[in-house]
Amino acid sequence: MSESPIHDAIAGAIAENHTILFLKGTPEAPACGFSARTVAALQALEAPFAAVDVLPDPRIRQELSAISNWPTIPQLFVDGELVGGADIVAEMYETGELSTVLGLEAPEDAPIEAPAAEVEPVAAPLQIENRL
Amino acid sequence: MPRPAELKARIEASLPGATAEVEDWTGGGDHFRATVAAPQFAGLSRIAQHRLVYDVFGAEIGGPIHALSLTTKTAE
Repeated sequence: MSESPIHDAIAGAIAENHTILFLKGTPEAPACGFSARTVAALQALEAPFAAVDVLPDPRIRQELSAISNWPTIPQLFVDGELVGGADIVAEMYETGELSTVLGLEAPEDAPIEAPAAEVEPVAAPLQIENRL
Repeated sequence: MPRPAELKARIEASLPGATAEVEDWTGGGDHFRATVAAPQFAGLSRIAQHRLVYDVFGAEIGGPIHALSLTTKTAE
């Protein structure tokens, strides 16, 4: 247990969720254009992801950036590793790398009758902010 | 208020051999968009490339520089 419960909550969320996005606002109502673009890329791939809103408490963003060594929001993690912010995610979406990183089939390669059952609904926000 | 020319100069000074194109994205002096080509990017992941540029500005990112949208390329 480190000195910061916020740090532990963020590190735990990154470790426990295959795909997790820290953003401003929620996937349903992003509060920043960069967060909105990143959500849109994930949703276009029908990628299930957990989401954490950094806005309710500035310490979430501070601790997150300390963990990730990345200064801006949003931040997308897959398998515990930082994939990127809005620019990198957008670039990887354009090149098709994003679906590979997410462990999804590239949409252009996927058959139309792709089994929808494999795509889980978007996880509810973890609401780290509500557990502080 | 940071200016695009200042950001360009600082990136190019910190990454010798780099060329940077910086524009004020919104006209408000705090959202910038930069394309940076640097020999230092060779062999690095995009994450590492972007970190090299973010590191030029440190805590100014998220402060006076609210957003710095990046496209990075390895210089020939």
